[in-house]
Amino acid sequence: MITRDDVLKVSLLARLQLDEQHLDLMAEQLARIVQYVDQLAEVDTTGVEPMAHPFELTNVFRDDQLRPSLPREQALGGAPRTDGECFLVPAVLGE
Amino acid sequence: MSNALPTAAELAERLAQGSLSASQLVAQCLDTIAERDGSLNVFLSVEDRQAALQQAEAVDRRRGSGEQAGLLAGLPVAIKDNICHAGRKTTCASRMLAEYEPPYDATVVEKLRDAGAVIVGRTNLDEFAMGGSTENSHFGPTRNPWNTDHVPGGSSGGAAAAVAAEMVPLSLGSDTGGSIRQPAALCGVTGLKPTYGRVSRYGLVAFASSLDQIGPITRDARDAAMMLQAIAGHDERDSTSADVPVPDYLAAIEQPLAGLKIGVLREQLSGDIDPKVKAAIEAALAVLEAQGATLVDVLLPHSKYAVATYYVISASEASSNLARYDGAHYGYRTDERAMREALRREEAELKAAGKDAAVAQLDSPLVRMYRVSRSEGFGLEVQRRIMLGTYALSAGYYDAYYRKALQVRRLIRQDYDTAFAQVDLLAGPVTATTAFKIGEKSEDPLSMYLVDLFTVGANLAGIPAMSVPCGFSSNGLPIGLHLQAPAFEEARLLRVGHQYQQVTDWHTRRPALS
Repeated sequence: MITRDDVLKVSLLARLQLDEQHLDLMAEQLARIVQYVDQLAEVDTTGVEPMAHPFELTNVFRDDQLRPSLPREQALGGAPRTDGECFLVPAVLGE
Repeated sequence: MSNALPTAAELAERLAQGSLSASQLVAQCLDTIAERDGSLNVFLSVEDRQAALQQAEAVDRRRGSGEQAGLLAGLPVAIKDNICHAGRKTTCASRMLAEYEPPYDATVVEKLRDAGAVIVGRTNLDEFAMGGSTENSHFGPTRNPWNTDHVPGGSSGGAAAAVAAEMVPLSLGSDTGGSIRQPAALCGVTGLKPTYGRVSRYGLVAFASSLDQIGPITRDARDAAMMLQAIAGHDERDSTSADVPVPDYLAAIEQPLAGLKIGVLREQLSGDIDPKVKAAIEAALAVLEAQGATLVDVLLPHSKYAVATYYVISASEASSNLARYDGAHYGYRTDERAMREALRREEAELKAAGKDAAVAQLDSPLVRMYRVSRSEGFGLEVQRRIMLGTYALSAGYYDAYYRKALQVRRLIRQDYDTAFAQVDLLAGPVTATTAFKIGEKSEDPLSMYLVDLFTVGANLAGIPAMSVPCGFSSNGLPIGLHLQAPAFEEARLLRVGHQYQQVTDWHTRRPALS
C-alpha cells in the first residue's frame, strides 16, 4: 500500500515537488496502479534471467578517433542561465 | 472530393512523370493543413511556407536536370514532435521543452531529407509520448478526423490524424507500447512499428530506451514499405541500432500469400471486446485465408501480464531518462526569485514552530530549483510515470517490481519464440474498441493503460508489428487488424498488409471533412 509519506519520499528522490492536493491524488492513483502491477507476483519466475533489452547486446565499440563534438555555444544554447562558458545554477555552497 | 490526396506511391509516380510538381504538392498539403488544423489540432508547428516551397523547388530543379531522384523525392512528410529537427521547436508536447530547439537533426530527419522528402511540420502527441489518446498534450488534444468528439489515439495521434485528414501522405511516429499502431487503428490508416534496432533512434527524445522505436504512418502498406526503405538501417550514432541488411521491401510485398501460416490470437477475440471489432477482425482473417494463408489458433500464455510488465519497465526507464530535465542544461526553469522566497518563508515558519529537525531537512536552493522546475514543466501523467518508475527502482522495491518485470518480460518473449516456431506471423485486434470520447478516460490513468493490452507485447519482445485498416464500427469509427512478425521480418508484415489491401478498400476510405 502506498501512503502519503511514501509519495513524499519518492517525490524527493524523483526531484518533483507535489503540492498538497496532488500528494493525495498521486498516493491514490499510484496505489491503484501498484495494486494492478502486483499481479506479477503470481508468475513463477524461478530461475528466469531478467531481460533488460530485446537483443542482448554486448558492448558496442567504435574506433578511438578524435571527432568534433557539439560547439560550446550550441551546447549552452538551450540553457535557461549561463555565463557564456558554464551553466549557472543556484549556489550549492553557502549563500 | 476535390482535394483528395492520393497515396505516396501514386504521387511519386506523378512526380516522376512530370504531371505534378513537388512545389504544387507541398503547396496543396500546406493549404489542407491551414484549412483543417483549426478543428483538429494536429500540428504543433508548421514549416515556414517559403522555406518548404524552396525545398520543393530544389527537388523539382534536380529532377528537371536529370539527376537521380530519391525514393521520397518531393513528397511532403510530417514528423512527430519528439524527433529532433535542428533549429525548429521540438517540444514533445511539454511545457518543459516548449521553447527547445535542438542543435542537431535526428538520423531519420537526415535520411528523409536525403531521400528527397520535404518536412512540412511537426505533429502533436501525448507529452513525451506517454499516453494513448493525445489528450496529455501541453498544447491541447488532437481530434479524430472521423469524429472530432473522439480521440485519435496516441501517443502518435497527430501523426495518424495528419494522414487520415489528408494533410500529408506520409508521417513518422514513435512506438513504445503501441503509440504508432493504436492511433493508426483508431484513425483508419496504416502504421508500422519496426523491429527494435531496425531504425536509428539517434535524435528521438528518449522515453523508454529498451522499447522505443520510430516507424511510418501511411495510407497503405506499400507507402509504409517505401518509407521504411528510406529510414531503415544501421547507424553508428545509435549503439542499439542493428547492423542487419535492409531487404527490398517494395519487391517483397508483391509475393502472394499462398503457403503462409498465420497464428490467430483467439484469446484476444473472446474477452472484453466490441462485437463489431471482433466481427471485422474475423472477416479480415477470412480474406487472408481466401488469399491462400492457413489459419491456426495460437496462445501467448503470459500476455495477460504484458501491461503490468510494460508499465513497470517503461516507467522505470522513463524516470531515469527524464532525469536529464533539471532546469539547468536546457528546457524550462522556474522563476528563481519566487522559488527562493518560498523557501525562506518555509524556513521561517518551521523555525517559528520550533521544528528544528525539519529546518535541517529543508531542500537546498539547488534541489528546490530542480523540483519546482520539474513539477511546473511536466504534466501530471509524466510526473505519475516518473513517480511510479522511481518507486519501482527504489531500495526495497527493486526486486519485487523492476527485476520481476524483467523476468516476466523474458517469459513473454519466450511465448513469442514458441509461437513463431509454429507460424509465420500472428494476427489479432489492435484495440478492443474503436476510438473513445475525449475526456472519457482522462480521470482514470489505469483504464488508459489497459488500452495498450494487445500492443505492448511486441515492444517487450522487440519484434515488428503493424496495424492495417480492416473495417468500421456502427458509429463510423475505424478498426485495425494487428499483425506481428519475428524480429527483422517487416517484409512479411508489409506483404500481408499489401496483399490484403489489394482485395479490400478499407484503407481507401476517407473521413468527410470540410
